[in-house]
Amino acid sequence: MSLRDVLSFIFLLAGIFFFLAGTLGVLRFPDVYGRLHALTKADNLGLGLTVIGLMMQAGSWLEVLKLLLIWILVLLASATASFLIARTALRSGIPPWRP
Amino acid sequence: MNQLYIFLALFLLLNLAVGLVRVFRGPTSADRMLSAQLFGTTGVTILLLLAQGLANPMLRDIALVFVLLSILAVAAFVKRIKPETGGEADEP
Repeated sequence: MSLRDVLSFIFLLAGIFFFLAGTLGVLRFPDVYGRLHALTKADNLGLGLTVIGLMMQAGSWLEVLKLLLIWILVLLASATASFLIARTALRSGIPPWRP
Repeated sequence: MNQLYIFLALFLLLNLAVGLVRVFRGPTSADRMLSAQLFGTTGVTILLLLAQGLANPMLRDIALVFVLLSILAVAAFVKRIKPETGGEADEP
């Protein structure tokens, strides 16, 4: 097991941890805005770390570029999606949670 | 090393299954739509891990299609939820 494998393993595990945190946030936060915040940020960071871990195992530069492309597309798509969901929720009259 | 990718993909699948509780319980339709986003991101990661673990590069292309489908699902939801405002009529 080389140093590259170990680093890749660490990045993959960190990414999976953020996915776990995102799912936990979706289950535990009190309103839709909090859930959206937990899900979007944690999952995109988790995907980014996983992509970095996979990039280290990639065979060619083309694979690395493709993984990077997928990550950027997911970032743009889910940022847009979370804004759309939050705006729709606000307009349909769901009040933000107050403690 | 290959078993590790499959194991991580399985763990993410479990994660996705736990996230389904929110679809079942979520009080509003926005809560349910949120899980479409969960499916998008987690599904892409599962596909990328499987592409590496099974040495099948075609799965990366499927991941790209997954991203597009998840954003289209959210866009359709946003268009459907308030038909009476007529879309961009109340833009600030």
